[in-house]
Amino acid sequence: MESQDDVEAQREEMTGTSSGPVRMGEPTADGRFGAFGGRYLPESLVPACQELEAAFRAAWAPDTDFRRRYRALLKDYAGRPTPLTDCERLSEALGVRVLLKREDLTHTGSHKINNVIGQGLLTLEMGKTRLVAETGAGQHGVASATAAALFGLECVVYMGEVDTERQELNVFRMKLLGAEVRPVGSGSRTLKDAVNEALRDWVASVETTHYCLGSVMGPHPYPWMVRELQRVVGDEARAQVRALLCGADPDLVVACVGGGSNAAGTFAGFVDTTARLVGVEAAGGSAIGRGVPGVLHGMRSYLLQDEWGQILEAQSISAGLDYPGIGPEHAYLADAGRATYEVAEDREVLEALQLLARTEGIIPALEPAHALAWLVRATRDGSVPAGSTVMLTLSGRGDKDAEQVMAALR
Amino acid sequence: MSSGTGARPGPGGETPGAWRPAAPLAGGVAVEPALRAARDGGRKLLVPYVTGGLGPGWVDVLRAAVDAGADAVEVGLPFSDPVMDGPTIQEASLRALEAGATPAAILGSLASIELPVPVVAMTYYNLVLRAGHRRFAKLLVDGGVRGAIVPDLPLEELGDWGPAAEVGGVETVLLAAPVTPDDRLAELCERSHGFVYGVNLMGVTGERKSLSTSADVLAKRLKAVTDKPVIMGFGISNPEQAVAASVNADGVVVASALMRLVLGGASPAQVGDTVAAFRTALDKG
Ligand SMILES: Cc1ncc(COP(=O)(O)O)c(C=O)c1O
Repeated sequence: MESQDDVEAQREEMTGTSSGPVRMGEPTADGRFGAFGGRYLPESLVPACQELEAAFRAAWAPDTDFRRRYRALLKDYAGRPTPLTDCERLSEALGVRVLLKREDLTHTGSHKINNVIGQGLLTLEMGKTRLVAETGAGQHGVASATAAALFGLECVVYMGEVDTERQELNVFRMKLLGAEVRPVGSGSRTLKDAVNEALRDWVASVETTHYCLGSVMGPHPYPWMVRELQRVVGDEARAQVRALLCGADPDLVVACVGGGSNAAGTFAGFVDTTARLVGVEAAGGSAIGRGVPGVLHGMRSYLLQDEWGQILEAQSISAGLDYPGIGPEHAYLADAGRATYEVAEDREVLEALQLLARTEGIIPALEPAHALAWLVRATRDGSVPAGSTVMLTLSGRGDKDAEQVMAALR
Repeated sequence: MSSGTGARPGPGGETPGAWRPAAPLAGGVAVEPALRAARDGGRKLLVPYVTGGLGPGWVDVLRAAVDAGADAVEVGLPFSDPVMDGPTIQEASLRALEAGATPAAILGSLASIELPVPVVAMTYYNLVLRAGHRRFAKLLVDGGVRGAIVPDLPLEELGDWGPAAEVGGVETVLLAAPVTPDDRLAELCERSHGFVYGVNLMGVTGERKSLSTSADVLAKRLKAVTDKPVIMGFGISNPEQAVAASVNADGVVVASALMRLVLGGASPAQVGDTVAAFRTALDKG
């Protein structure tokens, strides 16, 4: 029998029931982070989520074969660890010391690869042969297509028609990788609708198919699982920052937030430090700023919605941030006061992108340019004091956005 | 008020046409007693679905369906992101929303008519949550709606809505899927009220060329563990499929096949004729 202390200790481990410092541990048994998360799914998909949860829990135990294969692939295939770049010229321009976690240098060009290598391996472990994925900017679609090729899986990617147009290059890359891209013409024809369509596919194909969700959203266990698969970003960054700063932690940790996976992975590495954690959403898709708690895509979280609960369309120059919700753990971190969530406007994002290009020779994707745009503003208005040390996750590179940025700057 | 024309079926269920309880309850007709009585009278249950707010004539479509012999009706409260629905009901929902449909408006229309059969709302959980659980239950009952189907609210998440519904007098119908394991199926039947909704197939709503083989298997499994009415739905596209799906169940829901007609401009009378064809086929067996 478990002692009372063991039970207490387990509670402590679970986010949401602990009254102590905020941690990013396992959610409660019903998939809650505080009041958020859960598994709001049609009955047809409940057994698949239970199976996935069990498979991930077993795979993610310490010292498993899964962990070894995952780590080896991240190193030898994806190119981890990614560097931490100490940005001299950008730091000079902003008056704060900026350290960039370079997820743009991974294979396929964004942090999304960390997640799909994990989910691809799990798919094999569950004996499934097909992946479905949703994508906004196309980075998760490209990453999923890549994992499918690597593991010999069939792959179908759902992508809103608005996004297939503005991310044509990524559509082509997915096809080259052997995936089928299905444009989604329903609703707002962006990421939200691609998720709907992927879920509809999954209900009909669940026996052979794994839904390879691209962010820390959706029903339990996805928000937890994807954060764990992305925590390598934060864990590496923390060790790298400490090595650089002789054991010190940064004052501020910043990441952009669409669904919130690169931010969750980043924050997981710093949540128990004194660093201030800031997530940056697109102004037109600010779930924390303008959202109301609701249920969409299997989770309870902050959502852009009207007075009757109809989901509103997010609006952003960045396809990857065009989502009316946010991962439930971010909703929890916001409510608990451990992280704050800010926004960046399209215009300042374009400026930040050019600033980084010109000062450091790094062209970021539009998504992490949001994180940088907020930082630029915050250093100017003094809400980030001069002399601070800032760790910013550069979640992806800007190649995919070149055409769109060119048009926007014209 | 609408007046169903059919007489109450005799013990053998030989009387075709609309059935209604002797006296409609204030605030609508309770679902389970009405469906049990109809079933126990030997009748296969027919539950047509209508998207609330779809076109100015949606209430007339509903009435026509009732008059053509429905044992209960399902009214969709449209949601912007209906993940369990195929193209037809997606389109119906979208059009209704574009026309300004809200739960209050739809339920307000329902409150102003009286239907002799139970009305069950079908919606997604965010509409319930946004309105507030107690308030949503009250909205339903004030509109004469005594049942609710919320497909994205599985057993584990019933916690907040379940008690509010019960207190408010709303029977929450749970969905069983072909992949639901036996132990879960039993619990689900135990906690379902009004009837148990058997999902014929793994997939979303929408018409199919043939009835899925999983339908019959699930129907038999459900009937083996519950004596609540078992009604099968998803993909029932024509009277023959309805008859086949209800051989081992108590009845069927017909949704996309009707909404396709409405989207195509059919009149309430034409929809009524289609419902009548389902009725006749089910009565013949
Ligand atoms: C480079 C990059 N960063 C960030 C995101 C947003 O996703 P998340 O918030 O899950 O990190 C995307 C999504 O497409 C992306 O491509």
